[in-house]
Amino acid sequence: MKPPVAPTGWSRWLVPPAALSVHLSIGQAYAWSVFKPPLESALDLSGTQSALPFQLGIVMLGLSAAFGGTLVERNGPRWAMAVALVCFSSGFLLSALGAATEQYWLIVLGYGFVGGIGLGIGYISPVSTLIKWFPDRPGMATGIAIMGFGGGALIASPWSAQMLDSFGTDSDGIALAFLVHGLTYAVFMTLGVLLVRVPRQEVRAQSPDPASAAPAGPQVSAKQAIRTPQFWCLWVVLCMNVTAGIGILEKAAPMITDFFADTSTPVSVSAAAGFVALLSAANMAGRIGWSSTSDLIGRKNVYRLYLGVGALMYLLIALYGDASKPLFVVCALVILSFYGGGFATVPAYLKDLFGTYQVGAIHGRLLTAWSTAGVLGPLIVNRVADSQEEAGKHGSSLYGLSFTIMIGLLVVGFVANELVRPVHVRHHVPAPRESADDAAHARDRQQPA
Amino acid sequence: MTQPTPVTASSPPRRRGLIAVAWLWVGAPLAYGLYELVQKATQLFTR
Repeated sequence: MKPPVAPTGWSRWLVPPAALSVHLSIGQAYAWSVFKPPLESALDLSGTQSALPFQLGIVMLGLSAAFGGTLVERNGPRWAMAVALVCFSSGFLLSALGAATEQYWLIVLGYGFVGGIGLGIGYISPVSTLIKWFPDRPGMATGIAIMGFGGGALIASPWSAQMLDSFGTDSDGIALAFLVHGLTYAVFMTLGVLLVRVPRQEVRAQSPDPASAAPAGPQVSAKQAIRTPQFWCLWVVLCMNVTAGIGILEKAAPMITDFFADTSTPVSVSAAAGFVALLSAANMAGRIGWSSTSDLIGRKNVYRLYLGVGALMYLLIALYGDASKPLFVVCALVILSFYGGGFATVPAYLKDLFGTYQVGAIHGRLLTAWSTAGVLGPLIVNRVADSQEEAGKHGSSLYGLSFTIMIGLLVVGFVANELVRPVHVRHHVPAPRESADDAAHARDRQQPA
Repeated sequence: MTQPTPVTASSPPRRRGLIAVAWLWVGAPLAYGLYELVQKATQLFTR
């Protein structure tokens, strides 16, 4: 499939909403928990069983992004967004059929497997295109899209809950809710499929900063990138940063309650829910804010901030967190903003190191770090909290060891970031496809009319 | 020999209507999500 080239006069500001229409949709995955209690009562499932579609979905996200990245680069963003639309929406439609017929395996297959492929392909679909449209501000551009993934849950969570209230929480009500989700997301994502365009050469060559616009610098293939130490250093950086964020996210509500249980200002259940919501806002703001900041201060410096200041924030919570509620809240918000920022800044970091040649495919392969952290983070936090509880500890002392581990992981990430150096020239593609295209376009433009 | 028409990011934005519709398409649901979020987040300070 030929990537859609922008006609003359096509504004680059049409590309971020195209990307957002996909990311705001697939971000629904983080609101799966809304469906858990109704499914458990309607289909007589355990909590572990009702989590299966989400867990399979996240595994498929990592796998399809890792293995489908090259296809996305080859076929272009419109193809990728169309595949994401079909998979994500048909996942909901299959789930609707599963709920209507009370066949739970169909929900797991639909939402988890088919929908999960849509998550992975959709997540990486606009990255490479956005970087090419915004060579002067790649961090901001990818930050906008990846902020959408965080925003998707903010929309879906109240929307799905209201729908279940209206349709009912029996199997028919759930089926109808899945059906409406599938159809609505199909329409919503269509905007992205229709609007997305790859830039014409003139736009790239005459962007405000011509030096950064030219596809000069390193151009490394995805196959070659995974053979470089830089890729694996970044893999460790992303994995450590995400694990540290999950350390707070996973147990945010019980954590703030436990921290202030023995104080004169205990935290109520509804206040704890407010704290969780505030963390979501920090996560989202960090994606656009820190990623845009990286365009000004550089990618390596911004990761120094995420990992170094992140470790300091964990240390402050561990030492003084139970003495001051504002200090606890501010430190947690900063950590979550770094968590979001880490996700959003990594495509631009990859572009700096490996060029735009196959940056989408390289990003897809790097997302396996996210899948690993998704298992590692909750495992550490839950295991440690359980063991501390068994040892008779309570309140803030339940989390001391977890925080120490998180500080250690962040230090490992910090060191990995320090080890990142420019990619050796032997890994570069000798005649980048993009440069060949540039030359061809340049020749075309010089032909007499 | 003809020169290509410069199309730069600093050129006056074209297709303003389409840009407005596209941003509204994604901005409206995001605003709804943010509104719901703010409602919930204020519970931390009010209760």
